[in-house]
Amino acid sequence: MADKPIQGEKRMFMTGNEVCAYAALAAGVDIMYGYPITPQNEIMHYWTRLAPKHNRSFLQTEDEISAGFTTCGGVLSGKRAFTATAGPGNTLMQEPMSMAEMMRIPAVFIIQQRGGPSTATVIYSQQEVTMTCYGANGEGLRVVYSTANHQELYDYTIKAFNTAWKYRFPTFVLGDGYQAKMRESLTMYDPELRGIKMVDTYPLVGLPGKAGADRDPAHLRNTYNTEEELYEVVKELVATYEKFAPEIVEHTTMECDDAEVVILCHGIVSRAAVEAIRELRADGVKAGMFRPITLRPFPAEPLRNVVQKAKKLLIVESAEGQFARLALPSLYGLTTPMETIFKPGQGITSDEIVKKIKAMA
Amino acid sequence: MTTATVLEPKMPKCWRQETKPHKFCPGCGHGDILKALGTAIDELGIQDRVVFGCDIGCSLLSWDFFNCDAIQTHHGRTTPVMTGIKRARPELICIAYMGDGGGYAIGAQHLVNAASRNEKLTVILANNAQYGMTGGQMAPTTLPGMKTETSPYGRDVDATGNPTLGPEMVAAITPASAYVARGTMANIPQLTRMMKKALQNQIDGNGFSFVEALSACPTNWRMNAAKTWEFVEKEMTKYFKVGELKVPAAKQEG
Repeated sequence: MADKPIQGEKRMFMTGNEVCAYAALAAGVDIMYGYPITPQNEIMHYWTRLAPKHNRSFLQTEDEISAGFTTCGGVLSGKRAFTATAGPGNTLMQEPMSMAEMMRIPAVFIIQQRGGPSTATVIYSQQEVTMTCYGANGEGLRVVYSTANHQELYDYTIKAFNTAWKYRFPTFVLGDGYQAKMRESLTMYDPELRGIKMVDTYPLVGLPGKAGADRDPAHLRNTYNTEEELYEVVKELVATYEKFAPEIVEHTTMECDDAEVVILCHGIVSRAAVEAIRELRADGVKAGMFRPITLRPFPAEPLRNVVQKAKKLLIVESAEGQFARLALPSLYGLTTPMETIFKPGQGITSDEIVKKIKAMA
Repeated sequence: MTTATVLEPKMPKCWRQETKPHKFCPGCGHGDILKALGTAIDELGIQDRVVFGCDIGCSLLSWDFFNCDAIQTHHGRTTPVMTGIKRARPELICIAYMGDGGGYAIGAQHLVNAASRNEKLTVILANNAQYGMTGGQMAPTTLPGMKTETSPYGRDVDATGNPTLGPEMVAAITPASAYVARGTMANIPQLTRMMKKALQNQIDGNGFSFVEALSACPTNWRMNAAKTWEFVEKEMTKYFKVGELKVPAAKQEG
């Protein structure tokens, strides 16, 4: 085995896509399957340069459907495997993602959101929220981490593999085109040195011994013959997901204790919110921020508690209300007045948030 | 005095007895094709290394057919799932089993690209010239003039093209190390030999191996048993020539 790709701790300055490739290496990923689509390409580019030096593999498939299904195959065979995609590729990949939901295949998907619908732009958006959380013909039994910076891309890419294999639900790192392409500094580390033990992987097919003699064969399917049978299966899946959700769910807040106006946002938009809060607080406006880190499962109770105390709520996202639709069921019955900044496919600056909140006062 | 001889049906050893009789319609080709595959697995002694993948459509009924690890996946996606396994665990013998829809329509891009990449897989495709499980619609392999639910006046090749010649296509795009053949449920000993060669090619690490097997649909063809056999043996073979199309360094089966 080659040396560990990340020795000790290193301060680095690099693009988000490069960070994802390094994080996957540090997480002990065995194989990546992928198909090119902007803005996630450099994850593959760096992986294909680094992987052979560390005895890891790569396959460039014929499309995203295949990339998703080969990833499922790699995971079923007991390897730590992942893929990455964006936009129309995410749309195509919903099919293997639904199989991963049904069979509880611990596959990891990195999504670097671009504009939509359809081909749209190759740059940036937060418009893959609904699809990543609830795409395909399923119940959204997935774990989705929405990252805000390169450090989180590194931390949560590593964490995604452990969440996937510990709980056996497909797990997503939801970044975006800005995070994918821009450079910023972060600390890379060997997970082991920080006490992070990578969860062991294990095969679901290709098991040792002769099936029928030494053991039962692994017979996996996602087709069910009757409505009653499917009902039992899905109810069990949902119950398992809900049992684990409290262990998985994550959020962060800023200045919420006395906040009169709460900014609700996720991902990179939260960085504009952080700056806006600093400016607003300097001007005597009591603003705070609530940011879900897991969009699935959603931190419903903590959000409700924060919004309940506030006088106003502002939902900010680079999409036309996809994130708001995720959040609003948590607020059912509350009467806190709400306003929004919805900017599909565009970035959001702190100035816009400050201006909006001052106008709301 | 004579003693009565009880003849038990001879099943391949790698079949899972608990799931027999199988779930295919009486007279369906799948049972015979899977028997040929099972015999080949037995004779090669690879049962403990086989991972069997099947598609959506009638082939999915084989998900618990063998005493081998098996996975039933999505329509047309068996090839990439098995590719993913094989790439991650090259020591396993990966078999992708599908129908003509899974291989030549919805999953055609996967078949073409797996063949082009010379994936070390064995793909077995049952060609029964129509879609069985969904109720007998036209398939890429439906014969000219053949009536199906979506070609009720007979397949018009001007409007819908000619039957897909799968093995011919795969043979054209694979390197010399691939194995490509078309067998038939009407000749099980030959089909078994083809299956063995196809698996041996994977065991040897040579490259892609592909066997199409002409098959029958006793339900949607709306024929009696005699006509069904006549259709498999005489009508289908007019378009789909039985034989080996690509054999790496071995004697060709006629």
